[in-house]
Amino acid sequence: MARAISKRRTVIVTILAWTIGLLIFFPILWTVITSFKTEAEAIADPPSLFWFNWTLENYNVVNARSNYPLHFMNSVIISLGSTLIGLAIAVPAAWSMAFVPSKQTKNILMWMLSTKMLPSVGVLIPIYLISRNLGLLDSRIALVVILTLINLPIIVWMLYTYFKEIPIDILEAARMDGASLKSEILYILTPMALPGIASTMLLNIILAWNEAFWTLNLTAAKAAPLTAFIASYSSPEGLFYAKLSAASTMAIAPILIMGWFSQKQLVRGLTFGAVK
Amino acid sequence: MSTQHSRSAARIMIAPATFLLLAWMLIPLCMTLYYSFRRYRLLTPDRQGWVGFRNYENFLTNPAFTSALINTLVLVLGVLIITVVLGILLAILLDQPFKGQGIVRILVIAPFFVMPTVSALVWKNMFMNPVNGLFAYAAKAVGLEPYDFLSQAPLMSIIGIVSWQWLPFATLILLTAIQSLDSEQMEAAEMDGASALNRFWFITLPHLSRAITVVILIQTIFLLSIFAEILVTTNGGPGTASTNLTYLVYAESLLNYDVGEGSAGGVVAIILANIVAIFLMRAIGKNLDA
Repeated sequence: MARAISKRRTVIVTILAWTIGLLIFFPILWTVITSFKTEAEAIADPPSLFWFNWTLENYNVVNARSNYPLHFMNSVIISLGSTLIGLAIAVPAAWSMAFVPSKQTKNILMWMLSTKMLPSVGVLIPIYLISRNLGLLDSRIALVVILTLINLPIIVWMLYTYFKEIPIDILEAARMDGASLKSEILYILTPMALPGIASTMLLNIILAWNEAFWTLNLTAAKAAPLTAFIASYSSPEGLFYAKLSAASTMAIAPILIMGWFSQKQLVRGLTFGAVK
Repeated sequence: MSTQHSRSAARIMIAPATFLLLAWMLIPLCMTLYYSFRRYRLLTPDRQGWVGFRNYENFLTNPAFTSALINTLVLVLGVLIITVVLGILLAILLDQPFKGQGIVRILVIAPFFVMPTVSALVWKNMFMNPVNGLFAYAAKAVGLEPYDFLSQAPLMSIIGIVSWQWLPFATLILLTAIQSLDSEQMEAAEMDGASALNRFWFITLPHLSRAITVVILIQTIFLLSIFAEILVTTNGGPGTASTNLTYLVYAESLLNYDVGEGSAGGVVAIILANIVAIFLMRAIGKNLDA
């Protein structure tokens, strides 16, 4: 009896969960589908979900007409560059805070977190003027630097929470066995730290890829990453739904795939370790 | 084990990160403060000078400020209520055993990874557009007048779009928290005849309280500075109907070229964000001790 109820319940839950899941996902699905339509079909009434002539033409047009590869590369360089530089700065800091904690460690961590509370718009003008005066408006360098600094607290925090979980006793055991400091770091700590570093990297590439305040305000034609490039479709050009969809699909696909891999890290990273 | 030597090594390793963040915080902050007391328009850059609190006066007495403040509050609260309430329900649902759990989870989490400009454009054109949007087709199909979402109810539409982006975040965190709930406690309550509603109210909700706090506080930081969604969909309009504080400062400084007043607005935004931040730091700081 109890079994029958739970079976029926599973069916209902399955149907409900799938319906809601598909509903939430639908705007993305619809964008991807529309990207394979012709412009006429994209605004056809009634709209068609699958039964139309699938075409890749929009992707060709977007690639050819709007310098899409340049903006894609800008996104890659900016998100990857800022993440790698951020890691280079943050790994030593998080490392020493996790393994050689002092009385100040907690205060430094909290203070780093507090820099994240500074609303971007509060420093928009200085950053804009500095970039202008240095001739760095619409340059990738400026964005790499800014995104590095914006995400640095998150990188330090994430790494810190991962490093903290490495059992320090294992080091002492290794030392007893006569391991040198070099082999300690190389063979024991690094392999244990790598998964944490990798997930920190993944999450930060995602955050940097989607950042849309500084990228919109500090770039124009040259250094614009995909966020800014897509925003240019808000002009009447946006009425070309199929092309808008193709550009959007290409912009979100890589990060969507990375994001699915980083679900777990996302929780830890964005809550600064408060929820794991 | 930590000797004097390793202590100083640790300090050197922390130094670059600390120094950079300090510079990143202090230099622009001082500049914003400086400009907020100066007359400085980008179109007439030669006429500069100290103006005392006049920029603040202008910014705070600007009718757009009041509406931007209200809009910011409505936007933040609206999205918070929607995402937290739906997030709890969704997390409970996804916690139940069912077929294809992993795939549904992936579907639900997906909107979070869509860049703000893309989600704003997709919703604006392909769903909310009064002529060619899907909602318009749906309305016509059942014999209703298509509704022009972004000009009739701009703020509500933006709340909808932003909620779609942030619901996955709330759901994922609440789901993570629910999964750490002790199932024996639940079963014991069930044996004792506690109804589903009671179990939710007296066991699940208290268990989730910390995760809910975290969701609220972290979302608030991000929601206070919503920008791209407004820029792409409504440009803050019609009028100032969908202008929030972030957008107003942007408009003052980079559209009206008034660096002085924009800076004053920036300072106001910083002060308001700090009020929120104090609560956040407390909540997370407590967790650090635990």
